[in-house]
Amino acid sequence: MGIFLPALAGGVLIGLSATLFLLLNGRIAGISGLVAGIGRPGERRRVDAAFLFGLILGPPVFALLAGHWPPMRIEAGLPILALAGLLVGFGTRLGSGCTSGHGVCGLARLSPRSIVAVLVFLATGMLTVAAVRGLA
Amino acid sequence: MSTALRLLAALVAGLVFGLGLALSGMLDPARVRGFLDVAGAWDPSLIFVLGGAVTISGLGYRLCRRRSGPVLETRFDLPIRRRVDAPLVAGAALFGIGWGLSGFCPGPAVAALSTGATPVLVFVAAMLAGMALHDFGRRAVERGPTGLPPPVPRG
Repeated sequence: MGIFLPALAGGVLIGLSATLFLLLNGRIAGISGLVAGIGRPGERRRVDAAFLFGLILGPPVFALLAGHWPPMRIEAGLPILALAGLLVGFGTRLGSGCTSGHGVCGLARLSPRSIVAVLVFLATGMLTVAAVRGLA
Repeated sequence: MSTALRLLAALVAGLVFGLGLALSGMLDPARVRGFLDVAGAWDPSLIFVLGGAVTISGLGYRLCRRRSGPVLETRFDLPIRRRVDAPLVAGAALFGIGWGLSGFCPGPAVAALSTGATPVLVFVAAMLAGMALHDFGRRAVERGPTGLPPPVPRG
């Protein structure tokens, strides 16, 4: 079991969150869309902000319950993180979603757009990691 | 009252999402990159995160489809586009490159803001800039060089 059971249990919680948000608020739990949503005018931005605030509370509440913070080992330096952030921000807006919106919610709805998006970002993510390791 | 309930529901859903990320190992960029490192020391454990999440989310979606609307709002707000187009593929490709470089996707990056760590702040600031750049660029393209609305595409 080791790392597999927490991975599965964490995934179940993420699925429950997506279900709650759809059942109660009628919304897709896509994080890139919610982040973009707080920049738009209207009542919805408060719902988006409330979800994101809860998301930020996740790690400290986990630390309270588990007695330790979840591991977060960031290997990339600041310039690479800045470049990666730009690509993630631009790419998720152009591609209408990220790991949560396309990956969790879109695959669950068997959306053809999401299935293609997940295959593409998994492929370029894997190629990028392989390329970076080749250069290092 | 109902606005307070809507905000509370969103807050709880976000918290459960963040707890799931923390428990699953998705908050650890080194582990995410290990998952993407199929040609090296591949760590397949994060497949279980996606598997668990998609299974539960799929059951939840089926449950919701039996209802005429959500509990706290008048209607479900679901994506209606079905066509796979070039922006979808190009955007997903760029996102994957950034994901592979950093090990961060938007959910874990936002959740990790709670640490206040400088690398997280740099990543999220750049992500917001990338989103703004896209939205600014699209508005400029839609306005066109004349500043008039774009012509209606034929066919």
